Amino acid sequence: MIELSDVQKAFGPKEVLRGVNLTIPKAESMVVIGGSGTGKSVMLKCILGLIRPDRGTITLDGEDVTEAERDAFLARFGMLFQGAALFDSLHVWQNVAFRLLRGSLKRPKAEAREIAVEKLRRVGLKADVADLFPAELSGGMQKRVGLARAIAAEPEIIFFDEPTTGLDPIMAGVINELIREIVTEMGATAMTITHDMSSVRAIADKVAMIHDGKIRWTGPVSEMDSTEDPYVRQFVSGSAEGPIEAVR
Amino acid sequence: MRSIAALGAAILGMLAAVGRIAIFAAETLSHLVRPPFYPREFGHALLTIGYFSLPVVGLTTVFTGGALALQIFAGGARFSAEAVVPQIVAIGMVRELGPVLVGLMIAARVTSSIAAEIATMKVTEQIDALVTLSTDPMKYLTAPRVLAATLVMPVLVGIGDAIGIFGGYLVGTGRLGFNPATYMTNTINFLEWHDIVSSLTKGAVFGFLAALMGCYYGMTSGRGAQGVGRATKQAVVAASVLILAANFLLTELFFAA
Repeated sequence: MIELSDVQKAFGPKEVLRGVNLTIPKAESMVVIGGSGTGKSVMLKCILGLIRPDRGTITLDGEDVTEAERDAFLARFGMLFQGAALFDSLHVWQNVAFRLLRGSLKRPKAEAREIAVEKLRRVGLKADVADLFPAELSGGMQKRVGLARAIAAEPEIIFFDEPTTGLDPIMAGVINELIREIVTEMGATAMTITHDMSSVRAIADKVAMIHDGKIRWTGPVSEMDSTEDPYVRQFVSGSAEGPIEAVR
Repeated sequence: MRSIAALGAAILGMLAAVGRIAIFAAETLSHLVRPPFYPREFGHALLTIGYFSLPVVGLTTVFTGGALALQIFAGGARFSAEAVVPQIVAIGMVRELGPVLVGLMIAARVTSSIAAEIATMKVTEQIDALVTLSTDPMKYLTAPRVLAATLVMPVLVGIGDAIGIFGGYLVGTGRLGFNPATYMTNTINFLEWHDIVSSLTKGAVFGFLAALMGCYYGMTSGRGAQGVGRATKQAVVAASVLILAANFLLTELFFAA
């Protein structure tokens, strides 16, 4: 279980997180929604230790993430970045097997490649993609490779940062389905940040709405459409009228 | 009063920048001696910094050696000292022009490439991805490049010195009428081990500075294409200035009587 308690983060005078409280239960898929610039990515990076919060605590299974042993802590995570963040100089299979080729999870090269090809197959890519470079792939294929990399070491927790941004609706649907299938099949705890409502409906068990650096609402995805919360109602309907300013 | 405050702020800003670079350098050096090591990345850096820089090093130094021979011949003619062309070309190339020119060419070719590559990795979240994959970017990106540049630059400088002297030899024997055997004998007899050691030491220091500046400005780059462009420009300028400053200090150290 991941627990954020009164997490605050400012960049200069700009307060991005203003006291985030959120619990992500084990083996559940939590989707955090919110407009651009509301602090979704910063919150995710705080959990991973990429950004250090100014105040508040973040715990993973009761242990403060800032005090955890970094390698062991990060070995429990997989992450799909918004732009896939594949390493241009490495072949696709080396990207997927990156964690398996070095560090504490190191395997023999042939075995790492075999696992990479298997993970690529799992996300719907053929084995011949393995020897290409990321620049030779379409945006959708790069996202799939990023997803394969995120699951290569079979992590307990997977983060998805805007998984469908920049994809056409069909490819976005494919990625959403893949994420849902993989999370269910691995029994992983998942946290997705997005403002794509189709992703929310496809991926989420629970939804949290962040606005102005605070969590405004949390609840099961089934209650998202019927909630009376004005922030959620406006966000889900995509209306310009409501408490969320259209021009921020 | 306002101008004094502005001057003070500029000086403080500069000192802060020097401090940040010094901390970055110390951190880089600490990663060079602490595992894990990445031999594959080190090998790749050796190849791109060393082997692929050979053409530009060769072309730069051969033309400079030739031009130097012409200048010394023309200048020496004013006081009947044309005969010292081989000796002055040799000492000029080995002590000063070889290391400095190779250093500046490496700053242009390698520092810019390292800064642009790492800055682009930062902008596209590849650096964050490395961290989430339990890999320290300082160890994986910075340490191998800095070590490779420090080790390979003396070799490049040595080759540059030799090619520069050869450029002078070609002009001296082909255009200025020197006897080939005498030219070579005068060159070899005039050079001392001290000259060569100073040249190679300068190469190592310049290589360290060139790669360090590329990595530092890449790692600290701003967002977007503008951030990458600014990081690349700042890296090349800083590396070039530091190479010239270090050249003065090393010359003082080696040759001040």
